Parts: sequence; C-alpha cells; structure tokens
Amino acid sequence: MPVQIQIRVNGRTVRVPPGTTVAAAVMRTGESAFRRSVTGEPRGPLCGMGICFECRVTLDGVPHTRSCQTLCVGGMEVQTDAQP
Amino acid sequence: MRSREANVAVVGAGPAGIAAASAAGESGLAVLVLDDNPAAGGQIWRGGIPEPWRERFHAEVIANTRVVGAIEPGVLLAESAEDALTVRYRKLILAPGARERLLPFPGWTLPNVMAAGGLQALVKGGLPIEDKRVVLAGTGPLLLAVGMHLLKRGARVYRGGRIEAAEGIGQVQAAILRRGHRLWREPCDYLAVSFGLVANTELPLLLGSVEVDEWQQTAVPGVYYAGHTGGVGLALAEGEIAGYASAGRLADARRRFDGRRRARWFQTAVEWLFRGELPCKPCPDTIVCRCEDVSFGALSKYKSWRSAKLETRCGMGPCQGRICGPAVEHLLGWKSESVRPPVFPARVETLAAIHWKDS
Repeated sequence: MPVQIQIRVNGRTVRVPPGTTVAAAVMRTGESAFRRSVTGEPRGPLCGMGICFECRVTLDGVPHTRSCQTLCVGGMEVQTDAQP
Repeated sequence: MRSREANVAVVGAGPAGIAAASAAGESGLAVLVLDDNPAAGGQIWRGGIPEPWRERFHAEVIANTRVVGAIEPGVLLAESAEDALTVRYRKLILAPGARERLLPFPGWTLPNVMAAGGLQALVKGGLPIEDKRVVLAGTGPLLLAVGMHLLKRGARVYRGGRIEAAEGIGQVQAAILRRGHRLWREPCDYLAVSFGLVANTELPLLLGSVEVDEWQQTAVPGVYYAGHTGGVGLALAEGEIAGYASAGRLADARRRFDGRRRARWFQTAVEWLFRGELPCKPCPDTIVCRCEDVSFGALSKYKSWRSAKLETRCGMGPCQGRICGPAVEHLLGWKSESVRPPVFPARVETLAAIHWKDS
C-alpha cells in the first residue's frame, strides 16, 4: 500500500494516493457541486484540463482555484459549493 | 515576481511541445517549457511521456504555470499559484494543444455531465470509476479511446443513441437518448460527451498567427506554432519541425516534412471517417455560456457576438468564451472576435509586472 495523502474536504478527512488531483479527491467524498453558478446552479468538473473553470473551489482559503489542475498535498483544506 | 531567460521558450508540454523542445535542445540551446498542468505530457501523455521522447527530452519544465500574454515582443508573462513569471526568449514555440468542443443540450450543466476527455483526465487523476455507470454520447475518435480506457478501469460503459438531454436533481441521474424514433432514459452516474476538438488558438492569435509556413513559423518571425487538433502523429512531426527550425537546423527540420505529410493524410482520413452532422438541440432555456449563465433563448435575440456580449456578458466569464465560443459558432454562426490579453484570468500582481516594466 503506497503512502496516502490526507486532505480535508468541507471539514471531512479524505485519504488519497499521491498524484490525485483535488477534483478527484472532492469527487471521492461523493460531492459533485464544486461551485454555484451566477444564478445559483450547482456545477462540477467539465473539461478536466483547466479550460472551463467549472471545478473551482476554495483551496487553503484561496477562492477560484481550479481543482482539476491542482495535485493534492498533505494538509490541504478544500471548501466546495462557494457562492459566486 | 520571477524572471527567466531562454534561447527557446515552448508553451505547452504535450506531444508537440515535447517534440519541439527535444529537437530545439539537441544542439545545446537553453530550452524552457511552460505548462499549465501539474506535469509534462499534455492530455495525451497524462500517464507519462513514452519512449523515445522520454529519452530525448531534457528541457526544463515549469509546470502549473499558465501564460497569460506578453509584456513586450520577446517577453512572456505567466503566473503560477504562487507568483508571476516573465520569460525572455529569442525564439518562441507555441504548442497550446486543443480542447474538446462542447455543445449545449438540456441538462448539460448538471454536475457529472462531462467532456469525455475530461472524465478520462479525472479518472487518471484518481477518480474511482469501477462499477460506475457511464453513458458516452456524441461523435469522434476520442469517444472510442475514452470508452476503452473506462472499460479497462471497470466502468459499466453504455454507448448508443444520440444525446437529447441530461436529467437529474443536483447531479446527472440519467441520459435521454434517441435512436430513430425511439427515445429512452438511460440511468447513469456520469454522462460523458464529445463533439470533436477545437484548437487553442488564443496564444497563436495574440503572439503570432494561426497560419504557418513550411517551418511552422507564424507571421511573426521567430514565433512558431505546432500541434492542435490533428492527432499525436501530426503534433510530433510539427513540433520537431518547429524545434529544429527554431534552432536554425533547417536540414533536420526538412527531414521531418515527409512524416508531417503522412500524418496530415492520416488525419484527413480519420476526419472523413467521423464526418457527419454534430447533434445539438438546445431549448430556449438551455444555458450556452456556463460562466455567465446565458441561455440559448437570450442569445438568439441578438445578431452578432458583439451585441450579445454587450447585453448578456456571454463569453466574458473566467473561461473567456473557450467553452461557449465554439458552441455559439455552431448554433448561431458567429465567429469569436480577436483575442485580447490576458488570455486567462490573471491576478492583479501578475498584471502589475507590465506596469513595473513601463516605469
């Protein structure tokens, strides 16, 4: 068993293998609403390659971080479902 | 702010960028590769760079860094999660790759409706897909590749029928599919769609041109453009030609012309095989611009991109029209206007680098 990385998604601890993106880690928790659109719709990852900006989360307090382009690092705090 | 210099700067570490950097670096030039992704390889080589390229590729890669524009001719402006970066170069090779064309249909904004390549990227990035029900819809060779990948990972893949709508509360729960007169509801955990590829032309348009000469050089001398929607073979051939040409090794570049010709021919054959009408049936209330939540009905009232943009903000959100642009072109025939920097949303500190240079 390889060493697992531990991060927190909405206060819940998630353990993931190294190389896991923040987007995949969030989805592992069962969460699919990464953010709210300007009219309040839930949105989640679409392009998976940093183009569409739908998978934005608040990462360690920094809003609008693209979770699909960011790898998990131990101790990260992720907050989803941010209002626009 | 960091500042770097390179003989050859390469933007994009996919197949074209890696081939370009490998060729340019053979004669000992300092080559610097910038890429937005966490690691080199692009979308195609997300799992790692294959041989012989892994052996040939020695350039320094600055990952997780996106180029947003140029401070002046010969100096790129980029930013990472931490800071801004300027790169002064003698030659520039743009290999920004392609993205998936996404076309709106009712329900396509629901979470877990994704681009086919997007779902594959998430799975490669650690999303467990075993025993998940995935409906694949749309057209193009990418769908087949993604389907194979997901099957290997243990997903229950369903393919067949034309996509009419996605349904679900909070996230997708079913795809509405049609074959001829038959319309049915296919329950799913993920709906992955693909409607072909579109080239990421923002940087070539801003810093060079989309048109290139036989050396892959754009209308701006010393700025090259390689790879896009033409497949890996063509991207590699164009990248190598651009790399050798940028290093002044024209004889080596010329030796790849045949390979490029063959790759183009192959690509034409692939495109012919997958030709056909793109399915696209939005309703008036279907959202087209996902950043600004602009519906098809709202857009249909206007006669041009410009007027629709001014009134609705369509295409003016964080993706800057990368997703809705090709959809609007397909639905309404409007071509997107010229590109303006920054080509990606950038922090104020990054943009301030331009000011520092002026003062």
